[in-house]
Amino acid sequence: MEHSGALQLYGNASVSYTVGAMVRSDVELMLQVKAGDDESFNLLLQKYRTPLINFLFRMVREQATAEDLAQEVFLRVYRARKQYSPSAKFTTWMFRIATNLALNSVRDNRHRQMDLSIDAPVEEDEAPIQLPTREMRIDEHMIERDRSEFIRRTIQALPEKQRVAVLLHKYEEMDYAEIAKILDCSESALKSLLFRAYETLRVQLAPLVNPAGQPVAPGKGGPNL
Amino acid sequence: MNSLKKCEDISKQLIAYLDRRANSADRHEVEEHLAACGACHARAEEFQKLWGALDALPAVEPSLGFDTRLHARIAEEPRTRWFGWLTLQPRLAFAMAMLLALSVWMGNMPRANSGGESVTAATEQEEFETIKDLGVLENYDVLSKFDALSEVPAEPSPADQQAQPVNQQTPDQQPPTQE
Repeated sequence: MEHSGALQLYGNASVSYTVGAMVRSDVELMLQVKAGDDESFNLLLQKYRTPLINFLFRMVREQATAEDLAQEVFLRVYRARKQYSPSAKFTTWMFRIATNLALNSVRDNRHRQMDLSIDAPVEEDEAPIQLPTREMRIDEHMIERDRSEFIRRTIQALPEKQRVAVLLHKYEEMDYAEIAKILDCSESALKSLLFRAYETLRVQLAPLVNPAGQPVAPGKGGPNL
Repeated sequence: MNSLKKCEDISKQLIAYLDRRANSADRHEVEEHLAACGACHARAEEFQKLWGALDALPAVEPSLGFDTRLHARIAEEPRTRWFGWLTLQPRLAFAMAMLLALSVWMGNMPRANSGGESVTAATEQEEFETIKDLGVLENYDVLSKFDALSEVPAEPSPADQQAQPVNQQTPDQQPPTQE
């Protein structure tokens, strides 16, 4: 008999799952799924649906698409249950599937938008991001939603690998070894990747990082970006 | 130049230092560098502010129907059947199919020496019947006391055949008498 419990994880996201999911490791749960226990699959679903949807939402920027992709991830995990072998962490496996699906979705969407823009009549392109000038106070010009959108767009503009690395590092709080496995690179390469990504964000999000108006020197004294 | 190189070197360790995942040796090295390098120190402070700013990105909650939709999709999945593992291992399935086809083909091939084989088998059986009692036949004691052999008429010698030519003639062979 399992008792229901609730945990507060991942910022404001309330993730509730049963005590059974906490006691048993993900690998144990997945091995039970492999043996035909659907209840263990539900425990994994309850535990990871919110972080997975958030990761995908930050990748694709649409909640409906993020949920569709999250469903696809869980479906693939379920389909592959018979072949599951605990050679890697469950989350590494799951987020690797999610990363591949998200990147494919972003690429497909980009191609679709390119096709549309070729066929569509010439119009004014979407307005570029308006970076507030350093003389302005950021909180005078941005309401909270715009601020979030500004961050989201800036992250979205990062190269694919850098974007995935930042999302997994900052928001999923994964360790370097796990992120490196998901991105199929060495830990040393990942650290360089993360540094470059955060350096770009530091410069691009300077109005949020340094609202007092002191100029941000991109790359000064550091590696060439 | 040395300072610049040091900054490049430290950049790899800076993120791990700031998120408190660096080991003690790396941590000590970064702290030494930050104490000496104003630019890297300022950058490290801005990284920390950046992470605070990134927290502003709100999290989303799954929609209410998420689990229901997923369970419906799982229910549509085909159930695993006993031969399901073959579909998951197409190479093995192909190899087994080829093996089966080869067996059937070999089984249907005409046999050129099928008659000869049956003849050989019959001959072997006869030879076996002949030699299986050979040990008994070679035992003189058995043969001399074997009653059935006493009823067998002895084969006449050529001398006996010459001594009794008339007596052994049958009545039909006798010449007709003149009366």
